[in-house]
Amino acid sequence: MEIRGYIGDASPVNNMVIAELRGVSKRFGDVLAASDLNLSIAEGEFLSFLGPSGCGKTTALRILAGFEVPTEGEVLLDGEVVNDLDAHHRPVNMVFQQYALFPHMTVAQNIGYGLRQRRPRLPKAQIAEKVSKALDVVQLSGFDDRKVWEMSGGQQQRVALARAIINEPKLLLLDEPMAALDRKLRKEMQIELQNLQRQLGITFVLVTHDQEEALSMSDRICVMKDGRIVQIGSPQELYDQPNSRYVAGFVGTSNFFDGKVTEQSGALISVLLSNGLSMQGKPVGKVETDQEVCISVRPEQINLSRNTDGLSVIVQNRIFLGEHTEYLVRHETLGEFLVLSPRQSEPDNGPFKAGDTLFASWEASAALVLDNT
Amino acid sequence: MRLYAICVYLFLYIPIGVIALFSFNAGRHASQLQGFSTKWYGKVLSNPFVMDALETSLTVAFTSALLASLFGTMAAVALQGIKGPLRTAFDLLIYVAVMIPGIVIGIATLIGLVTVFNQLNPLIAAIWPEGFEAPKLHMGMGSLIAAHTMFLMALVVIIVRARLAGMDRALTEASSDLYATPMGTFVQVTLPMIFPAILAGFLLSFTFSFDDFIIAFFVAGSETTLPIYVFSSIRRGVTPEINAIGTMVLAVSLIMLVTAQLLLQRGGKKTK
Repeated sequence: MEIRGYIGDASPVNNMVIAELRGVSKRFGDVLAASDLNLSIAEGEFLSFLGPSGCGKTTALRILAGFEVPTEGEVLLDGEVVNDLDAHHRPVNMVFQQYALFPHMTVAQNIGYGLRQRRPRLPKAQIAEKVSKALDVVQLSGFDDRKVWEMSGGQQQRVALARAIINEPKLLLLDEPMAALDRKLRKEMQIELQNLQRQLGITFVLVTHDQEEALSMSDRICVMKDGRIVQIGSPQELYDQPNSRYVAGFVGTSNFFDGKVTEQSGALISVLLSNGLSMQGKPVGKVETDQEVCISVRPEQINLSRNTDGLSVIVQNRIFLGEHTEYLVRHETLGEFLVLSPRQSEPDNGPFKAGDTLFASWEASAALVLDNT
Repeated sequence: MRLYAICVYLFLYIPIGVIALFSFNAGRHASQLQGFSTKWYGKVLSNPFVMDALETSLTVAFTSALLASLFGTMAAVALQGIKGPLRTAFDLLIYVAVMIPGIVIGIATLIGLVTVFNQLNPLIAAIWPEGFEAPKLHMGMGSLIAAHTMFLMALVVIIVRARLAGMDRALTEASSDLYATPMGTFVQVTLPMIFPAILAGFLLSFTFSFDDFIIAFFVAGSETTLPIYVFSSIRRGVTPEINAIGTMVLAVSLIMLVTAQLLLQRGGKKTK
């Protein structure tokens, strides 16, 4: 088995499975937007689809919502195949990227929209009561009669959230919900969303291209590329054990050195780098001799010192980040790479300066041998 | 360049201004101002021929505008779901229907309807029960409304479709996501959003139909619309009475056009 085979556990650790994709593909004309997606979503979890634009994450979400019918494969909701169940019959609700609030309705009318579609009709008083409760949950009490276009972006998003959660959906789908918010508001909303999810116990499925957003909120992340799921795992798993260069680069930052496997000795693997150096690393999956791989070393795993052990490097640039200092260093044959030093590891005579000659070292187990894709 | 533009506008609007001015003329003659008076308006309003023509015009304009708005909206909504060469063909035909000169529509409708009527009338007479007089299809109010509805429909399609295209697709998706049936989505979301455009289309259609002379001239049969009345009386010389009719038609048309424009603008802003 090559490394590529290791995708992570497609099923959640515990809990009941509430939704499932089985070999789902979606083709638009000649474009394969989603390819062989296999995924189980557990009741009450917070799952994110992470990837750059065009990676198929939105298609996956739209398939769950019922806006797209998969070309192949099955979509299951609560154990039943729902491929042919129209969006308006699915007990699933979505928060749209630009919120898609109805401009000709007030805030309360927007929020009560889903309840008003129920047949047999719900009594008006019951709808009003639920709407006011939902407004309470998203901290917009008293905004009932506002026009939606009079509200700020953050408030509009809360209305969109309230409009979805009032229906107590089996899945709440969020399509890049933070994209239209400024940075500070985004942070606040991230925390609020997480609290809301725990408080309501509704399963959240989020689509985002922002790794920070995915890392901070999700129980599990599903990293996608070119319509495929590359890896599924908890944020920590993805960070510590990425299965490919792609995941390592997308989740956090890393230094990459290309090379070829020369020897496998126990837990460690020797790699001959393309620049002639030899390096040891720990494989994430299985690798074969002569396979093209890359070695990934996270900047915070690298230790800089004036002692004479390790690679001799020259500091090119230094960026002070508060609790950390980021150094861009240069090695004769390896080229430039990043090092992140915590404040307390600074030498007594102050931080290193540009032009200093230092020695960089790391544990062999911190260097991951990854599939070079 | 600016002078040139001013000249063009003067050339366009002076005759209209003159008509409006002379409609308030106290004198009998259309070429000589003899003091201010509204007596010609009174005369127009008490002229039974004018009133008859006005009634015909209003009936035709209202009915054809209503039908055009209804069918035009239906066509525009249906065309949303169509893509590819079929869509292109429809688009082309719709623009052609708006661009074709009225005289072509008039002649074509006349020839077409007369041919069909001549074929159908004996057939109807043949299958009609004995003893009753068979109805005869002929040119008149019906053919007039049909001809107007046809070309106004294209106008409504264009106006409503522009509005539909400007509408965020996510809105209808959100509605369907919130359990509304396709019909429910149309009634609760799409229709309120495009309603200003439909109303604007109705008003424009009403104006176009009310003002139309050429098509009406061909297909009206024995009916007389207001423009046809004006045309036939002008042959007996321009009277201040004609000026008064013209001014009233102008005023009504302008009000409708401005209202339609306002509706389209205001409606456009709210979707953003």
